[in-house]
Amino acid sequence: MNSSIDVALRSRLSAVKMASLAKASHIGSSLSIIDILAVLYTDILSITENAETSDSIIISKGHASAGTYSVLAHSGHIPLELLESYGQDGSTLGGHVTHSGNPRIELSTGSLGHGIPYGLGIALAQKKNGSNFRTFVVVSDGECDEGTTWESALMANHFQLSNLTIIIDRNRIQSLSGTENTIALEPLAEKWSAFKWKVINVNGHSHSELKEAMNEKNGPVCIIAETIKGKGVSFMENEVLWHYRPPNEDELLAAIKEIKKNNL
Amino acid sequence: MRNSFAKELLKLAIDDPSILLITGDLGFGVLDDFAQTLPNQYINSGINEQSMMSMAAGLASRGYRPFVYSIGNFPTFRCLEQIRNDVCYMDNAVTVVSIGAGLGYGNLGYSHHTIEDISVMRALPNMRIFSPGDSDEVLFVLNKILVDTKPAYLRLGKGGEKNLNSICKDSFSDLREIISGDDGVIAFTGGIGTRVLDAIELLKKDGIEPKVISVPVLSDNSILSLLNICQNKVLLTVEEHLLKGGFGSMVLEMAAEQGSDCKISRIGLDPNLISKLGSQQFLLDEHGLTSVAIFQKFKSLYT
Repeated sequence: MNSSIDVALRSRLSAVKMASLAKASHIGSSLSIIDILAVLYTDILSITENAETSDSIIISKGHASAGTYSVLAHSGHIPLELLESYGQDGSTLGGHVTHSGNPRIELSTGSLGHGIPYGLGIALAQKKNGSNFRTFVVVSDGECDEGTTWESALMANHFQLSNLTIIIDRNRIQSLSGTENTIALEPLAEKWSAFKWKVINVNGHSHSELKEAMNEKNGPVCIIAETIKGKGVSFMENEVLWHYRPPNEDELLAAIKEIKKNNL
Repeated sequence: MRNSFAKELLKLAIDDPSILLITGDLGFGVLDDFAQTLPNQYINSGINEQSMMSMAAGLASRGYRPFVYSIGNFPTFRCLEQIRNDVCYMDNAVTVVSIGAGLGYGNLGYSHHTIEDISVMRALPNMRIFSPGDSDEVLFVLNKILVDTKPAYLRLGKGGEKNLNSICKDSFSDLREIISGDDGVIAFTGGIGTRVLDAIELLKKDGIEPKVISVPVLSDNSILSLLNICQNKVLLTVEEHLLKGGFGSMVLEMAAEQGSDCKISRIGLDPNLISKLGSQQFLLDEHGLTSVAIFQKFKSLYT
């Protein structure tokens, strides 16, 4: 099995190619969460064909689909060749993660604010069943604008869901601008702490920090993963533009060269 | 219907631990028995319909059978996208339970009126719609809901609906013949049966004896069966719901598609009167959903 570092490197390469070929948006968001997902799928999640004996993972920021599908492929959960169909007519791999035809996607998302409460339901089911398996939800920081995020924050504490972990991809950029220019989220950690979640701040590109935080089982846990939107491709990093723009051929070649050079 | 729902669900849930009753902090005095008897199968989610609905979908994805209970407007319009995406598209077996369907909470203001729910819910893929007219029909549809692991919408009156069992003792299916007759058909859905029965008395005086059918299951199959019964006849549909997209609309659409020769007319609520306040009976009168109006409409359709 590939290490999480290998998975992340290969996934970045796949994701930029997929976004370019499919002329798809949200490559910045995909690059931002690839390390988070690589660690989850490589080192943390226990997944079998039976949901009862598996950890659960919800990708609430469904727009990071190129990144998600890349990690799923490079960690052995879906066939690698499937990635070539990304964004093509009739493919099961679209611009927002979709469960139909994809057994590894537990919830189709694309509308923000659905993943945490849905994951909360799964975590509650696991708790009722006396299961030791856990539920993880990957959310965007912009998603913290949604009311359901905070409804769920109240509920998870009330229902004492120690088996629920959310990971906020704190890349500080949302659709049109920075998160703090849009609807300020800070102090974000204090907010989750006030809702009685165990908050862990990590560098969202450090696999060792991510792994350690994800192993914390005394939840509900909120991991605030400080990330860089577009991570790994200098001209995409921290740029709102790459929330939307697919890389053209030249940009794709430049991106591949850079990712390989930096071995990210 | 509200009380019989709580009572029957409790009976079913005692034998089936997957059944959960989730309330959006409503049901004072109605859900107590369930909550006390089966505390592990009862959840008060608080006032958070959107998260409540997604949570229920998550629970259903793991084999539970959540019944999400609230006053009609809340578990429907307030969280429509959660029902669409997380329940229906994901095909999770959540049952959305609306209390006070129609104008059951008439005095509480139009925030609490539930008069567009059938139109909205029937637009959603995978959603099965149940609109019982009395306690017996509640029991019938509850069992029907549990037979399949699919999403369901259960539309219930607030309470006090006349039990139709005293008139019609036969067992029934998706369609329930309440009164037999050969002079056309009056079909209704939900708790409006009493007014239909009063209209029948008026029609009888004029020598007109239509068949009366309650339609607790609003599916393509039940509507097709209804149209089959109404071949070469007149049919009046009655619903405590706006006409656009409601029960009567379902009948008209199906009739057009099937090339039915049934002559159809509809009676329902008036969209121009949505801001009127008052008791359910007062509002039904104001909206023109009276036994006299049903009588007149059917008579003119028939003659």
